[in-house]
Amino acid sequence: MCLAFPGKIISIKKNSAMVDFDGIKKEINISLTPEVKKNDYVVVHTGFAIQKMGKQEAKEALKIAF
Amino acid sequence: MKNIIEKINKIAEKIKKDVYIMEVCGTHTEAVARYGLRELMPKNVKLTTGPGCPVCVTSQEDIDAIVNLALSGIPVATYGDMMRVPGYYGSLDQAREKGALIFAVYSIDEALTIQKKYPNLVFFGLGFETTAPMTAYAIKKGLTVYSTHKLFLPAMQALLKIGELKIDGFLCPGHVSTIIGIEPYKSMKVSQVISGFTAEDILVSVYMLLKQIFDNKKIVENEYLRSVKKEGNPKAYQEIFDVFDIANGNWRGFGIIPQSGLEIKNKYKKFNAKIKYKKILDQVDFSFSRKLTSCKCGEIIRGLKSPQECSLFKKVCTSENPIGPCMVSSEGACNVFFRYMK
Repeated sequence: MCLAFPGKIISIKKNSAMVDFDGIKKEINISLTPEVKKNDYVVVHTGFAIQKMGKQEAKEALKIAF
Repeated sequence: MKNIIEKINKIAEKIKKDVYIMEVCGTHTEAVARYGLRELMPKNVKLTTGPGCPVCVTSQEDIDAIVNLALSGIPVATYGDMMRVPGYYGSLDQAREKGALIFAVYSIDEALTIQKKYPNLVFFGLGFETTAPMTAYAIKKGLTVYSTHKLFLPAMQALLKIGELKIDGFLCPGHVSTIIGIEPYKSMKVSQVISGFTAEDILVSVYMLLKQIFDNKKIVENEYLRSVKKEGNPKAYQEIFDVFDIANGNWRGFGIIPQSGLEIKNKYKKFNAKIKYKKILDQVDFSFSRKLTSCKCGEIIRGLKSPQECSLFKKVCTSENPIGPCMVSSEGACNVFFRYMK
């Protein structure tokens, strides 16, 4: 149940961000990571971003995850 | 990957004695089986499975409570994995067949949307520190919740304290740690590595654990650097304690573990389903909830038995017809063994 996936933020509107999971786009709640910005990579669990990832680390994670 | 397996073999040979490494996260249980990692281990390195599946550790009493609320006409929402877990009064899925209004959601935001149409909706909140912040967020927004949320470390401490089985090291949960960070683990004097979820992550973490065990070190190391920061996610962690008080937690397989549960603070009692619907819950006969069956989920959660040692496994208990929660959840040990161990 503690599954989480890395994705890239492509746009932000208030507490909601459109996140690209290697081609699949989904709206994600960013209330728990208010510091994130467009083009940041985040770890997403049950529809919420739970951590900001470094760009390089995220790219490696995406390669592994998808 | 070949290199890391060679390194594992070499250090295991040097250690000589049997080494028991427990993974305590359902997502790790699934990954270990999916990648066949248990079979890759040297003979003296035993990977065991612990209480890391939130669905599996949810107590029978809590399932019976939420099913009875649903059957009494209260709309209920929860995460999909929980729907098929049978209690004495059936599962939420079976309650739905009887006409109860039940919603399976991916995100608690969906429950907030459903609540607009059904204002008396109750969300059955389950999970560890990874999932509790989202529930706290939704309670602040006015969602009524039946909380079975739990803190993870008290279960690890309980396993060490009970001492029923040998644990030389823990493979610690990557996403719980993404929230709580590294510090809290330091209170436990045992070798620990926080691990990611790919085959490479887990193999590297096993090697790091074996190295600690060989060097007689009992520290916390972090392999999952791309997600786990030293301080975790302080905002999400704080969100939990804004809304919840630490209380006793009722775990399947353990019973009550002191200071391991999360109950809604008095400040938010308006949104606490246990208070709001006390009259209905008081009428539920829970004496059957504790009735012993031959299901071995409890012992499997504590790492004492493997699924194959349960007389029901693959015979009457299958993924199509699960008897216990460990067979229902896709991260439960029985379900994982059922799918991957041929």
